[in-house]
Amino acid sequence: MGFISERLRAIVIHAAALIVTVLSGGALASGSKVNQLDMSPGVTATGQAIYDLHTAILWICIVIGVLVFGVMFYSIIYHRKSKGYKASNFHESTTVEIAWTVVPFLILIGMAVPATSTLIQVYDTDEAEMDILITGYQWKWKYEYLNENGENVAFFSNLRTAQDEIYNTEDKGEHYLLEVDQPVVIPVDTKVRFLVTANDVIHSWWVPELAVKRDAIPGFVNETWTRAEETGIYRGQCAELCGKDHGFMPIVVNVVSKEDYAAWLETKQAEAAEIKALMAQTFTMDELVARGKNVYQGYCAACHGMNGEGGLGRAIAGSAIATGDLTKHLDIGVNGVPGTAMQAFGGQMNDVDMAAVITYQRNAFGNNMGDMVQPIDVFNHKKG
Amino acid sequence: MGDHHHGPAQGLSRWLFTTNHKDIGTMYLWFSFAMFILGGAFAMIIRAELFQPGMQLVEPAFFNQMTTLHGLIMVFGAIMPSFVGLANWMIPMMIGAPDMALPRMNNWSFWILPPAFLILASTLFMEGGAPAFGWTFYAPLSTTYAPPSVTYFIFSIHVLGLSSIMGSINIIATVMNMRAPGMTYMKMPLFVWTWLITAFLLVAVMPVLAGAVTMMLMDIHFGTSFFSAAGGGDPVLFQHVFWFFGHPEVYIIILPAFGVVSQIIPAFSRKPLFGYASMVYATAAIAFLSFIVWAHHMYTVGMPIAGELFFMYATMLIAVPTGVKVFNWITTMWRGSMSFETPMLFSIGFLVLFTIGGFTGLMLSIAPADFQYHDSYFVVAHFHYVMVAGAVFSMTAAVYYWLPKWCGRMYNETMGKTHFWISFIGFNVTFFPQHFVGLAGMPRRIPDYALQFADFNMMSSIGAFIYGASQIMFLYNVIATIVAGKPTSDEKVWDGAEGLEWTVATPAPYHTFETPPAVR
Ligand code: HEM
Ligand SMILES: [Cu+2]
Repeated sequence: MGFISERLRAIVIHAAALIVTVLSGGALASGSKVNQLDMSPGVTATGQAIYDLHTAILWICIVIGVLVFGVMFYSIIYHRKSKGYKASNFHESTTVEIAWTVVPFLILIGMAVPATSTLIQVYDTDEAEMDILITGYQWKWKYEYLNENGENVAFFSNLRTAQDEIYNTEDKGEHYLLEVDQPVVIPVDTKVRFLVTANDVIHSWWVPELAVKRDAIPGFVNETWTRAEETGIYRGQCAELCGKDHGFMPIVVNVVSKEDYAAWLETKQAEAAEIKALMAQTFTMDELVARGKNVYQGYCAACHGMNGEGGLGRAIAGSAIATGDLTKHLDIGVNGVPGTAMQAFGGQMNDVDMAAVITYQRNAFGNNMGDMVQPIDVFNHKKG
Repeated sequence: MGDHHHGPAQGLSRWLFTTNHKDIGTMYLWFSFAMFILGGAFAMIIRAELFQPGMQLVEPAFFNQMTTLHGLIMVFGAIMPSFVGLANWMIPMMIGAPDMALPRMNNWSFWILPPAFLILASTLFMEGGAPAFGWTFYAPLSTTYAPPSVTYFIFSIHVLGLSSIMGSINIIATVMNMRAPGMTYMKMPLFVWTWLITAFLLVAVMPVLAGAVTMMLMDIHFGTSFFSAAGGGDPVLFQHVFWFFGHPEVYIIILPAFGVVSQIIPAFSRKPLFGYASMVYATAAIAFLSFIVWAHHMYTVGMPIAGELFFMYATMLIAVPTGVKVFNWITTMWRGSMSFETPMLFSIGFLVLFTIGGFTGLMLSIAPADFQYHDSYFVVAHFHYVMVAGAVFSMTAAVYYWLPKWCGRMYNETMGKTHFWISFIGFNVTFFPQHFVGLAGMPRRIPDYALQFADFNMMSSIGAFIYGASQIMFLYNVIATIVAGKPTSDEKVWDGAEGLEWTVATPAPYHTFETPPAVR
């Protein structure tokens, strides 16, 4: 009970703080705040436009609300039977009825004008300086930088919060559930076009401070854009229910200076080149198992369990496949099992990681096959 | 109606075989209350899990089953059947008819409901669990990626759609053919008007829902690809079809509620409704507009800008007839001689909170702003203001208002008022903070959330427990009234009440208006 009373105390303190915030004009500064009350204008011109629109409509509603409820409460207070107030019998008045039809209509037109121009702004994806293809997967995001010279850069972005934090056996960090292993990096003051799609079910890519929300739909490529005006880290989440771990596929956008971006891109391209080199290499069992363990935890554990005990997916420990024919096992890893939650991971990880994780599954959780898969085997298998 | 003047049959067969509109109405009302409790229990599980950050009580997969079943059961099991029950009880009595036009079909349309929900609830115990794709069941999450129980879900939707269609045909037939002489259309009580229009909406859109689930069935079992991009299909098509049903559906839920408050507010203001005709026209206008705004639920799917603009303008327009309604209720109260018995309290609660929900609806209609609101808790707050504080509050008001007429006993007024205040406070504590977390960026349908949302979520959960508990008081009050309430034989239980239902004896006899009344 102790923590509840502590929580309640916190609520009371925050409530006081909230009132102060409201009176001082709402949470204007950017960054999702504790107990933030209002939409954030974010760090883009569209975000600001949307915020202004939102604020304007909110105030129109508040003013109408105060008038309407004012009349109502006046009536409730003064026109009561208990005060001996005698009912009058008036009804119907064409003038009044026309007025309360036409006036709201005019107010609506007043709202529609700025709404239309903001919408046109949001839809203007022309003249982007760079393109990023965003693909939603159950339950992670993939980012591919298109039109780059040199090595193509593509990576997955997974939730980084530990299961121990989620299941309350460890303290929760500051960015609980809003942290990823690899953020998407974009340069400041640059018009970035996002091409948004999905691999399995519908997801939605939402970063409140960039004022971008666009559904990621399999078979469609949606376009949207942003131009961040301040460097910083902006966090968001998948907004469309996409299955079990819908709440666990955050988005982190790191907006950096143009120079930092160029440097980052260079490192990424070097990394990609390095992976390419690794592909040709032959690894030892220990190397594969060590690498495979990490890959397993990132990709497989959500369904197959941390210790291969199974869950949404089948158990790996002692499974017929993981202790059976190696080619079949590799094939399931690469091509998935159609019609089930077991995806084709061949397109999601590089061949080194694939080789490692298959080897790991065959030699962990009490499985003891002693055989291994090398990157070149994966490469050959993919080629068919 | 061969041998009249007999009372009800005895025992179970009375209820199984009854064709009496009052018996069937009663069964609908009790059934919907049972569903309200079941859906409410699921909501309590949801709010208990969301009490604090972190996963405590349930797994994410089960959490999704809870949100899905909560939504489906509340919409299709609690709200809709409760208003059908009310229609059964009240429409014949309000238009001076002896019964519904199609009494046998009436029996049938009720009795297929319980099996449908039994099937839906039983999916919880099936392998792979219950449907976990939300009450809007977007494909392909609900097709290619659905648990096997989805087939039972589809069957259950078909059956309850059938029930709704039969119920609506019955209401249309009754209102068109069974009005007492002199009861012209423009003399009908507003509750009858709103239900007539609702029934037309139902007949129009339930088949569309049936079409959507049938296409799902084909995709799942017969190799078609209506909604599967991999086979050349279109997942967005699903949303268009669903919302073509879904938006009229939200008005199916709220129009009868409008009807109820339009009966109650004049009664307790002791003054006629301000603009009867304009209320009728506004209802019709809302019903018409409800067919051309569906894609406002889909602003973020990437429609062409012309489509966005069309749906935005059409949606904004709905605010006009909705405003007309609100202004009418308030001018009805204006310079009335008001008293505040429980039905009136719930109606005023409805008026205030529904209006707030209308305001957030207007905000949501602004497409560019909706890019920030969509699929956040702001939407959750919006639709609970219109559906709970709208439909459920008005239904609660209706029960208190007509219960004395139904059973000839008075409910406990103090307990009724207490129920109102606890509900009102509990409701607002639950849902008002959800506007804040939504605007601050909390997505809906997540089992766990970031730390900055913790306080408001805890507040929400506490409010939900309060609101939930207050319904037990309601149940108690209703049962206590039926069993041992203060007997009353006053025909006109409320001094300001108007309408034919108040001219029959109290409690209402098993058969009423076997000879049509004279309507001035
Ligand atoms: C002034 C009238 C109203 C307007 C302009 C309006 C507008 C909207 C809009 C634009 C959305 C989509 C929000 C989004 O998903 O981003 C929405 C959602 C919703 N509205 Fe309303 N609304 C109004 C009244 C009502 C009423 C009367 C009801 C039902 C009784 C209702 C029930 C709902 C529901 C259930 C949803 C969410 C559906 C879902 O995604 O699960 N609304 N409304
Ligand atoms: Cu709608």
